[in-house]
Amino acid sequence: MTGIGKRFCEKALRLNATAEVERIARWLRTELRQVLRKRGFVIGLSGGIDSSVCAALAARAVGPERVFCLLMPERESDPESLHLGKCLAGALGLDGAIEDISPTLEAMGCYERRDAFIRQAVPDYGEGWASKIVINTALTTRAYNISSLVVRRPDRTIQKHRLAPHVYLGIVAATNMKQRTRKQLEYYHADRLNYAVIGTQNRLEHDQGFFVKNGDGAADVKPIAHLYKSQVYQLANHLGIPRRICCRTPTTDTYSLSQTHEEFFFALPYREMDLCLYGLEHDIPAGEVAAATGLSERQVGLVWRDMVAKRKAGNYLHQPARMIPQAGY
Amino acid sequence: MPNSVNTEIRSFIVETFLLGDHSQLPDDDVSLTDRDIVDSAGILELVSFLEEHFDIPVADPEIVPENFDTIARLAAFITGKLAQQGCSRGKAPAASGRTGGNHAAKKASWVP
Repeated sequence: MTGIGKRFCEKALRLNATAEVERIARWLRTELRQVLRKRGFVIGLSGGIDSSVCAALAARAVGPERVFCLLMPERESDPESLHLGKCLAGALGLDGAIEDISPTLEAMGCYERRDAFIRQAVPDYGEGWASKIVINTALTTRAYNISSLVVRRPDRTIQKHRLAPHVYLGIVAATNMKQRTRKQLEYYHADRLNYAVIGTQNRLEHDQGFFVKNGDGAADVKPIAHLYKSQVYQLANHLGIPRRICCRTPTTDTYSLSQTHEEFFFALPYREMDLCLYGLEHDIPAGEVAAATGLSERQVGLVWRDMVAKRKAGNYLHQPARMIPQAGY
Repeated sequence: MPNSVNTEIRSFIVETFLLGDHSQLPDDDVSLTDRDIVDSAGILELVSFLEEHFDIPVADPEIVPENFDTIARLAAFITGKLAQQGCSRGKAPAASGRTGGNHAAKKASWVP
């Protein structure tokens, strides 16, 4: 039990959106002026809920005239991302730029390198094909997260392939160029304007390492990294984020085949993941988390085990460059 | 031979996950994941090693802790698979004498 007469449920994640928005806006102003000593914020908009809320918070904190937004599509992006990003920028009154990163990615060999790795598993892969990485989650594998490659052939048939480790790592490494290229551009504009860069991870993503180091994980401030995804939605509602953005299924928008967050990384949809993470962080008994999520106690145990494993695997993502401690002389 | 299989698994783990440090190798019945020696990416490497080095196919449903969590379970799994195939041993060890020899050579090569 979480308290006398109280059972654990979604209410545990409810917050006072008005107060939280003001608290974050105040914190952003203070950090910007007193710690970072910059004049405004740069933010990359993906058309998703997290970056939309961060942009609205930044505009609330320092005024829309001091927030510069970037829309950075590439040739495999869902066109809806650009459209929704433009809608949000318009609604908030933000200045910004559209930077098509496809030529940069092509010049660096992002697509070519990735496809060469894919062809080690699927020799015919090429023009007209599409692909994504999917994960067998803790709930289906009983313990191990084994990633597979899903390809769609030109005839629209789907195949799934387990990958050799070097092929999996190669595909992910090439794909990570997308997030790192976007961050490169964010810092270009930030340096040009003397602004700071906003990171858009929520608590679940930050805790579980669902970001690319020196890519979308790089930032000067992370204003929603303390909030569960359910709470980000509450702020979105309070901030008046357009309904189409709030209703959109969270996707990575990184692979040429559409890919949800659960397919790539998380074991469950965010509502259940939030409750499981909250339970893990607050020592809520597995039975109560099971009742709140509709899972069995055994399944909650598997999700928790997976969460702990992902924290360990992702620990390096949070580390700055390690240095030798000062010698005692 | 089971002892040979066990030795080769231990050598692979030392070379691949422990940077050659034999002192960190756990006992045969200790969980490799609980000891933070192998994570999910490491499991993929183990699967690849089994398939390439012992020349045995590993199906997705077989990639479970019952077969992969300890050195002893890995050895039993491999020995059982080899017995099914009617042989006592898969491919010969790499010429370097390291059971992870092929793996090491792959790491040292230049990407074209």
